Amino acid sequence: MTGLGRAELAQRIARDIPEGSYVNLGIGAPTLVANHLPAGLEIILHTENGLLGMGPAPEPGLVDPDLINAGKQPVTALPGAAYFHHADSFGMMRGGHLDVCVLGAFQVSSSGDLANWSTGAPGAIPAVGGAMDLASGAKNVWVMTDLLTRDGASKLVAECSYPLTGVGCVSRVYTDRAIFDVTPDGFRVRELFGDTTLGELERLTALDLT
Amino acid sequence: MIDKTVAGVPDAVVGIRDGSTIMIGGFGRAGQPVELIDALIEQGATDLTIVSNNAGNGDRGLAALLAAGRVRRMVCSFPRQHDSWVFDGLYRAGRIELEIVPQGNLAERIRAAGAGIGAFFSPTGVGTELAAGKEERVIDGRRYVLEYPIRADVALISAYRGDRWGNLVYRETARNFGPVMASAAVTTVVQVDEVVELGSLDPECVVTPGIFVDRVVAVTPRRWVRDGAFVGGVDIDGEPLAVTS
Repeated sequence: MTGLGRAELAQRIARDIPEGSYVNLGIGAPTLVANHLPAGLEIILHTENGLLGMGPAPEPGLVDPDLINAGKQPVTALPGAAYFHHADSFGMMRGGHLDVCVLGAFQVSSSGDLANWSTGAPGAIPAVGGAMDLASGAKNVWVMTDLLTRDGASKLVAECSYPLTGVGCVSRVYTDRAIFDVTPDGFRVRELFGDTTLGELERLTALDLT
Repeated sequence: MIDKTVAGVPDAVVGIRDGSTIMIGGFGRAGQPVELIDALIEQGATDLTIVSNNAGNGDRGLAALLAAGRVRRMVCSFPRQHDSWVFDGLYRAGRIELEIVPQGNLAERIRAAGAGIGAFFSPTGVGTELAAGKEERVIDGRRYVLEYPIRADVALISAYRGDRWGNLVYRETARNFGPVMASAAVTTVVQVDEVVELGSLDPECVVTPGIFVDRVVAVTPRRWVRDGAFVGGVDIDGEPLAVTS
């Protein structure tokens, strides 16, 4: 064993979210975190298309096309939910009212820069959605990602080579091998998973870690 | 007597000119005013700038307007989706201009237009290529970029119920851009499931006051709601579920 699987990592992130938090889970892997929030705790999920108090997917046959998440998948609204328009929704982000957002990443730099919206590949159709707003607004921006790309390149880097989503915005990175805090001195390892060692992480990332 | 209701969707889109900037509400398919867009295609205005969060889904609604070659320029946050093949084809063929705006800046720029704000400083996008060339300022130690309002000649939006004064209520997350777009256009046109009697919308719950609305037209009600209650029986696109026997 070398680290955590996707579901285990989602569970690990869910454990770090305190009761009472307002949380936005980004499209993709971060949405898995919702499946692992402890049932007894009141943690309120925000979706940027205008809902606080988002619940799980509906039963088949009870899909409501008016009730979707940011990934445009059907969801439900829990008792206590609230709907609002887009400017209010992004005011909640930009205004620092969300406690946590969990985002995917292509790269995170040691100063907390995030690249997750574009690989800059020629011919690709650009699409940013709410990524930049989320990155710049939540009190805590956490990234959930594999440490390495499929080609074995580190997603933790000294400087992002992909187009930036936000500057100095990431506070913590949850990877399959370890949890990292972004500090003024760069990445600090908070927790190692499996038999991963600090030395191995330094070799894989080519970064000085503390 | 004020009566903003019009008899049919062709009346709702009368007078829209070539070269107009048109806001189209909706987030994906939720809240997209498909009947009004169909009427706009029929009406014929072309060389349009469209402001909308996405750039069309499937082959209906905004996608059909794009396919009809009526759109010169798209201003949106997220054109690329699994079912945005119409836009993708136009973009790759170099037949449409695209301005990408972060979603929150898009909403706030529209809101600013409606609220008479000349410009505002936003932290979103600072230091990214989407802020390139924009004026930057540090306020209380934080970096911001200057963003200007987006206004439109026409807004086409979808609400749930409206009255003859143009007061509107929406349904769930289909509200999305409707309220801000309604405020930011010279002429705001709204399709609703039902035009109700003046006074029957609870004033405490009106989301868009009629001052922002110019035309209201009733269209075929969504099939997943009956007498105000959700009845289901549809897929995410609102199509009836196949009956299994």
